[in-house]
Amino acid sequence: MIYMLLFLEFFKTGLFAVGGGLATLPFLQNISDKYGWFTSQELIDMIAISESTPGPIGINMATYVGYKTAYLPGAVIAILGLVTPSVIIIVLIAHYYMKFNEHPMVQAGFYGLRPAVAGLIGAAGFEVAKLSLFNTNKYLLTQKFADIVNIKSLLLFAVIVFLLNKYKKHPIYFLLGAAVIGIIFKY
Amino acid sequence: MKDLLKLFVVFCRIGGFTFGGGYAMLPIIQREIVEKNHWATEEEVIDCYAIGQCTPGIIAVNTATFIGFKHKGIPGAIAATAGMVFPSFVIISVIAAYFKHFQDYAVVNHAFGGIRVAVTALILNTVIKLWKSSVKDWLGIIIFTASFIAVAFVGISPIMVVVISSALGVITKIVRTDVN
Repeated sequence: MIYMLLFLEFFKTGLFAVGGGLATLPFLQNISDKYGWFTSQELIDMIAISESTPGPIGINMATYVGYKTAYLPGAVIAILGLVTPSVIIIVLIAHYYMKFNEHPMVQAGFYGLRPAVAGLIGAAGFEVAKLSLFNTNKYLLTQKFADIVNIKSLLLFAVIVFLLNKYKKHPIYFLLGAAVIGIIFKY
Repeated sequence: MKDLLKLFVVFCRIGGFTFGGGYAMLPIIQREIVEKNHWATEEEVIDCYAIGQCTPGIIAVNTATFIGFKHKGIPGAIAATAGMVFPSFVIISVIAAYFKHFQDYAVVNHAFGGIRVAVTALILNTVIKLWKSSVKDWLGIIIFTASFIAVAFVGISPIMVVVISSALGVITKIVRTDVN
């Protein structure tokens, strides 16, 4: 019975949460209020864990909630519930996209859309940069401009950008390398 | 069957090395899907991101489903999606079962401090690549700049940006056709 409910609740979340992983948060809050399967404190832990482990944030959160509610079967069912609506919707869209993407009007739409996607990703990168390259919080505390830049991070950033353009290796190598440097130099 | 297994494995690799949500995934997608396996062109991946942005569901999952479907139909969509979520399932289940305060470990924090810097560099690189392939004229420059400012500084919803920019593309096309 709990499996059925879990599936339905996550199906609803997958169907209505538009715009990426953290968009599922209000839905999870609602599930917590309604059923008490997990507490708000667990929800906060879950965000921290989801953001600091690999994988899509929404999927990580569903796995965690599902596991806390009904262990491994719960995790599987929560994931299934969450992805089922997307799979159905995207298969339909992909089908029509492949049929209509040669149409001049569709082409024109995507012509306007592509630079916007680049801008959106730039904005997401800006958010990450605020966290990873600058100490905004420390600056607010001390009001000293020198505190806003994180020299250690900027240095690593410059090195990675240089290497990325020079060697064009798989991104995985850069992620692993940065993790090791992060541990050694205490980032 | 071999193709489906390959889809599963490649998307496992993408899911297992994506830190920080759908956008951070794009550099690995470009490498694995566009450059190495040629399952989709760069334009198709971008279109798919735009579609994923304004349809319900997780962007990363939508992208996996889209590319899987394009490559091998419905079984492909399922194999790619399963691959995408598999690493999360394993890692999070282990953490949920054994580590209560995973993020309290100093080593974990330092490692992620480094990883976040690398993610920033990878995203910058992706934006430059996207700029080269998608910004073709003044309209592109304006849309790029306006979208960036709207989302980064004004806090406008990405869905609005997607809707308005595609409308602008269509309107410009109609105006240009009329002029000629």
